[in-house]
Amino acid sequence: MPTISPDDNASGFYAKHKKVYPREVHGVFATGRVLGVLVLLGGYYLVPWLWWDGHQAVLFDLPARKFYIFGLIFWPQDFIYLAALLIIAAFALFFFTALAGRLWCGYACPQTVWTEAFLWIERKVEGDRNKQIKLDKGILTRYKFSRKALKHGIWLGFSLWTGFTFVGYFTPILSLGQEIIHYSLGPWETFWIIFYSFATYGNAGWMREQVCIYMCPYARFQSAMFDKDTLIISYDKLRGEPRGARKKSVAPRTVALGDCVDCTLCVQVCPTGIDIRDGLQYQCIGCAACVDVCNEVMGKMGYARQLIKYTTQNAIDGIATHLVRPRVVIYFMLLVGLSSALIYSISTRIPLKLDILRDRNVLYRLTADGYIENSYTLKIINMDQVDHRYDLSVTGLAEIKLHHHDKEIQVPSGEALVLPVQLVVDPGHLHGLSQPVVFTLVAQDKPQLTVSEKGAFIGPLRR
Amino acid sequence: MSPFWSMYVTILTLFTIGACYWMIRWTTKKRSDEAAQGHVTGHTWDDDLQEYNNPLPRWWLGLFYITIFFALGYLMFYPGLGNVEGRFAWTQVNQYEQEMQEADRTYGPIFAAFAKQDMVALAKDPKAMTAGRNLFLNNCATCHGSDAQGAPGFPNLADKDWIYGGEAQTIKDSILKGRVSVGMPAMGMGMTEVTLNALVDYVLSLSGQPVNAQSAKAGKVIFDGMCVACHGPEGKGMQALGAPNLTDNIWLYGGTPAVIKETLLKGRKGIMPAHADILGDDKAHLIAAYVYGLSVN
Repeated sequence: MPTISPDDNASGFYAKHKKVYPREVHGVFATGRVLGVLVLLGGYYLVPWLWWDGHQAVLFDLPARKFYIFGLIFWPQDFIYLAALLIIAAFALFFFTALAGRLWCGYACPQTVWTEAFLWIERKVEGDRNKQIKLDKGILTRYKFSRKALKHGIWLGFSLWTGFTFVGYFTPILSLGQEIIHYSLGPWETFWIIFYSFATYGNAGWMREQVCIYMCPYARFQSAMFDKDTLIISYDKLRGEPRGARKKSVAPRTVALGDCVDCTLCVQVCPTGIDIRDGLQYQCIGCAACVDVCNEVMGKMGYARQLIKYTTQNAIDGIATHLVRPRVVIYFMLLVGLSSALIYSISTRIPLKLDILRDRNVLYRLTADGYIENSYTLKIINMDQVDHRYDLSVTGLAEIKLHHHDKEIQVPSGEALVLPVQLVVDPGHLHGLSQPVVFTLVAQDKPQLTVSEKGAFIGPLRR
Repeated sequence: MSPFWSMYVTILTLFTIGACYWMIRWTTKKRSDEAAQGHVTGHTWDDDLQEYNNPLPRWWLGLFYITIFFALGYLMFYPGLGNVEGRFAWTQVNQYEQEMQEADRTYGPIFAAFAKQDMVALAKDPKAMTAGRNLFLNNCATCHGSDAQGAPGFPNLADKDWIYGGEAQTIKDSILKGRVSVGMPAMGMGMTEVTLNALVDYVLSLSGQPVNAQSAKAGKVIFDGMCVACHGPEGKGMQALGAPNLTDNIWLYGGTPAVIKETLLKGRKGIMPAHADILGDDKAHLIAAYVYGLSVN
């Protein structure tokens, strides 16, 4: 069944949007979602205000290229961890989707989370579903104008706070706030705050389910990640049909009716406006609002619950279903394995980096006493929180000598030192045109802080 | 680009935008053979995969029109239609120039502050030497090496041997104005092998290298006749001319007999490019101080 029915569309091939009014719902899954909203939004708005060690706890300082996450400071050279994090996110996606479908969409996706918040505000200002529909149908009165103005006003304020918070992850939020108060906000901060505010207001206030239905790729590739043992939300057709209204006192089977009373509440609560009784559809974001509301109705009617429930295709077809199966187990083990590897890697990370840049034009030099000399530029990056002095040594060629101009190799915390060095070797010890050498750097006050890098030493061609 | 190509690009671009508009209008019209809306098109893939003919949301169409509008607007302000400049007169060159001016505004004062100080004093200032080193690594190290100790044909700037003079101001002049060598003529052309070897031996002996004494003695005669005019009576060089000191065992092109022979047979002409336009006075001042500092330490 199409989302936009053909009769909505009198002329042309593009249908006017019909607003979806999701009815308020209470139940196990709705409570879960509310908790999700509170935790996720709470985290989002609170975290930029946390402090750690004299700096904002979570700050992505793009101009300085330093990324603070509590006690850790990541440099651009650490972006491999971001790649690992994204891979872990992908495996988490595969695992949770294979297990229970669109858990992300229904409970954690920012689009869902912010839309739920905006819907809550709308409900508080305009009233419940029926009141909202009536208000929209009616002519513009002072009351309607005031309701709409208040709603959009609150929405815009909330959006601006969201945009401000977002930029606060990249510019220290305290100074950002100061700039706003003193009208000294820079052009780019202004642009991004307005951009993200507009995006929040537009997506959560207006677009809502249009994002899920038309824009989000998740809706389209979910079928590639489900199998017949994935938990999906399904209406029990065998039990529910034929549907129809009946008195509570009447036993449904005696009047040839199924358990479905055709109250259409499952359609009214659906945020994407579908009828789950038609079967699993791509628009279903797995929010289980229909499960909650149908359980409530079944309870009131005195029937068994779970007319609409989380189940698997196999279970529907009467085949034995296994939630724990090879695919799920493998995804889980990979997820746990990769996450452990990432945590281990970050916790044992050495905050010291050495880059060897051999002088190219110079090739090699013949010194006055007949030795061969190569010239290098070393970049020593101290990613630690304290200043360090380092000892530099070289191995790889017999009796190799290391010279550099600075008396001491001293690098302040968070800085990179550029150090020209020379290596001098007796030509008798060279066995070829290019030979590998190894530079080793050790912090004087902390021997575990050490790093070794390979370089090359070039000498003359033997004739 | 030529008027023809400019016209070509303009026509093609505007035509394509127009075609996009036409295409979206064309797809909106219902065709008689089209499946009814809300019904399947009839084509089946892979046994049971079918496609509905569903309408797209109107806001999507609105966005499409906005992109066309944006494209036309963009082309009014930025270059895109051939040679048309656009209202903002933006070019890559003037963006570069703006960024350079911005950089000068930001960093210029730092170098100006250094430029006010005497170069000898700067050579003792660690901050100045760090800044000088960074400038050196960016501008000079490609030829002179990251440690400024040179390469064959590119002088060692960290020693005390100077072809044109090692005072701070002289170094700064070398950087700003460049140096074009008067040229070492190919003095060895036409010499016999024996004579050439004798001259080479004498030159090596000037730097204290072990050579055949007889050969060197013969070479001295030739040297006193031909070479002292530029290299001075004792071979100590002439900075006014740019003739190197031959007695300090520091060789610009190499100190082996083979290389010295090549110098004599083919001559040499070294060129240091002028950096006044590339660096400006302030940066050259700082680099000169850095190089001076290297050479005196």
